[in-house]
Amino acid sequence: MSHRAPPAWLQAAPLALTFAFFFVIPLALIAMVSLWDYNEYELIPAFTLRNYQDIFSGCSNTADWCVTLRTYASTLKFCVIVWAVTLVLGFTIAYFLAFHVRTPAMQTVLFLLCTIPFWTSNVIRMISWVPLLGRNGLINQTLQSLGLIEAPIEWLLFSDFSVVLAFVHLYTMFMIVPIFNSMMRIDRSLIEAARDSGASGWQTLWHVVIPLSRTGILIGSIFIITIVMGDFVTVGVMGGQQIASVGKVIQVQTSYLQFPIAAANAVILLAVVVLIIYALTRLVDIRKEL
Amino acid sequence: MSDQDLDLHSVPSATDTAVGISRRSLLKGAAGILAAGTFPAIHAQDRIVLRYLGTAVNQDKAIADKFKADTGIEIQYIPVTTDDVTKRAVTAPNSFDLLDTEYFSLKKIVPTGNLKGIDARRIKHADKITPLFTKGEVGGKKVGDQGTAPKKVMFLEGEKSKKFATTNTGYITLIPTTYNADTLGIRPDLIKRPVTSWADLLNPEFKGRAAILNIPSIGIMDAAMVIEAMGLYRYPDKGNMTRQEIDLTIKTLIEAKRAGQFRSLWKDFNESVNLMASGEVVIQSMWSPAVTKVRSQGIACVYQPLKEGYRAWASGFGVPSTLSGRKLDAAYEFINWFLDGWAGAHLNRQGYYSAVLETAKAYMEPYEWAYWMEGKPAEKDIKAPDGTIIEKAGSVRDGGSYEERMGAIACWNAVMDENNYMVQKWNEFVAA
Repeated sequence: MSHRAPPAWLQAAPLALTFAFFFVIPLALIAMVSLWDYNEYELIPAFTLRNYQDIFSGCSNTADWCVTLRTYASTLKFCVIVWAVTLVLGFTIAYFLAFHVRTPAMQTVLFLLCTIPFWTSNVIRMISWVPLLGRNGLINQTLQSLGLIEAPIEWLLFSDFSVVLAFVHLYTMFMIVPIFNSMMRIDRSLIEAARDSGASGWQTLWHVVIPLSRTGILIGSIFIITIVMGDFVTVGVMGGQQIASVGKVIQVQTSYLQFPIAAANAVILLAVVVLIIYALTRLVDIRKEL
Repeated sequence: MSDQDLDLHSVPSATDTAVGISRRSLLKGAAGILAAGTFPAIHAQDRIVLRYLGTAVNQDKAIADKFKADTGIEIQYIPVTTDDVTKRAVTAPNSFDLLDTEYFSLKKIVPTGNLKGIDARRIKHADKITPLFTKGEVGGKKVGDQGTAPKKVMFLEGEKSKKFATTNTGYITLIPTTYNADTLGIRPDLIKRPVTSWADLLNPEFKGRAAILNIPSIGIMDAAMVIEAMGLYRYPDKGNMTRQEIDLTIKTLIEAKRAGQFRSLWKDFNESVNLMASGEVVIQSMWSPAVTKVRSQGIACVYQPLKEGYRAWASGFGVPSTLSGRKLDAAYEFINWFLDGWAGAHLNRQGYYSAVLETAKAYMEPYEWAYWMEGKPAEKDIKAPDGTIIEKAGSVRDGGSYEERMGAIACWNAVMDENNYMVQKWNEFVAA
């Protein structure tokens, strides 16, 4: 090169270093520890595949699923349900905010309303469901006093239902924001053009709005999937600690100083999440859309 | 944070001051006295902060306040869960100055060398600590020692040893703070019949209304008590199961879970209180102060003595091996203050038991002592430390006297040799 401009790698260096220090190195450490041995009170730096073997021990038995498959199945199930519910809800709310609320001031006010669930700690938000959904909770008492049910409904609390409910309550916002953002960037003349060409409301939605909101939908989906896959607090509190989640397994293992097997579990979880996200990005080219 | 504070404010010690006051400066009068260090002597009251790592249940604000009032030393509580206490003791021994942990955790902590043997000669009441800890006896009679009984891990071979001693060496691992014997908590108003056996925890009669503790090493002991009570199996040592025994125990739990026995599992104190108080659960493994808490909300709850006996636990103060100087002195001062009676009485009034009974007795009213420790009907209303009435005159403590209850210990909370396998199987139970 003839001119004396600083080389391009120098510009990229700060971000690269930060990325390496806070992400790549810790990740490499986790991968390394996952291959170590351990006992009650120490980690033994000796190469072993035992942790991975332990995780998948008994998984060849298809009659009764092993704990790992069962756990992943349960976690994935929540992931899919929560993703579908938050997507529909988030899209609808974002659509309303972007296309039906006319003034920016009103949009801001309504947007702030959406953040209300984040005003207290998430544990408090979850615990506050108990007096509402419990066996002797508000809903059961109301239904019983109205004579609609004889005995209290048990599945309202400490069930799959309550877990999904809490997830939706906590995380729909993560869908709303990116979708709303994409929608605001849609050129309104396109919608006018669609209407002028005789498209019905549904056709406009399906052929114009949804394709142009793809990026937002994708980003929101990534948020939801990564959060739900790793969550163990919500599943624990709302599921009565009786529902398996990968995060919970890792948490129990680290609290018993079984770091290597926990690290192995984390590596597998990361691989699963990366695969899902990879599959999603095959559907939408994020860089092009941004 | 406090370490740095101390270094910045480090002041001349008492001997420096004495040397500084030379005859000449005395002759110089008041100015000389000031110059010589009367001021630093006042400054030597510089605050010491002891970072106290333990579970929230044992970290009583009243105790920290009283200790500060008595000695000027500040206690800074670091509340974490039972599991996290061990984790931090093993992985971050410099993050605290005083450890409050359970005896069973010692099997993990002591081999790391992070704990210093406490010199019994510096503990004023060392020889008055109840023989339950030193000899495994209550009222002269041996109690059950299955699991990690404190007498097995009470002493170290030396101050810096990583091995437990079998005899009294004068180097103590933990100075007992509180201990008790756990049993099932029940809601008598919702069960409406006497409960006498651990077997009722898995009795289908309470399907969907039972709960068990989700701390694997403790939960599995409760499960073992139930399995013995059901007559399914008799363990040689519930606190140290073989793989086959773990398999059997977990299998029984999984079958019960799939049949819908459990409403929930619980992991911390407040969860167990909420489950019981809201009536979601009518029978569960429970801790004594949690029962008291439910009762203080005006809800009937009984800490039910059972014919198979109790699962006991004990926690105590340990000193990290890196502690030295003024902070070490302060730690000893706190331990001595703690055993001196005020704190013991404070804890006894909450349903725990304290390490040195006679000093605690001196701080309690005779009627309180009779109720809490002797199993006698209360002569007057019994008040909690904060002054609220928790029992009316005439009532009797669950489980009777100290000797009745602690004499009926069946096993102790434990860490098993097959702990890793047990945790793996416990995760299977949770996932089932």
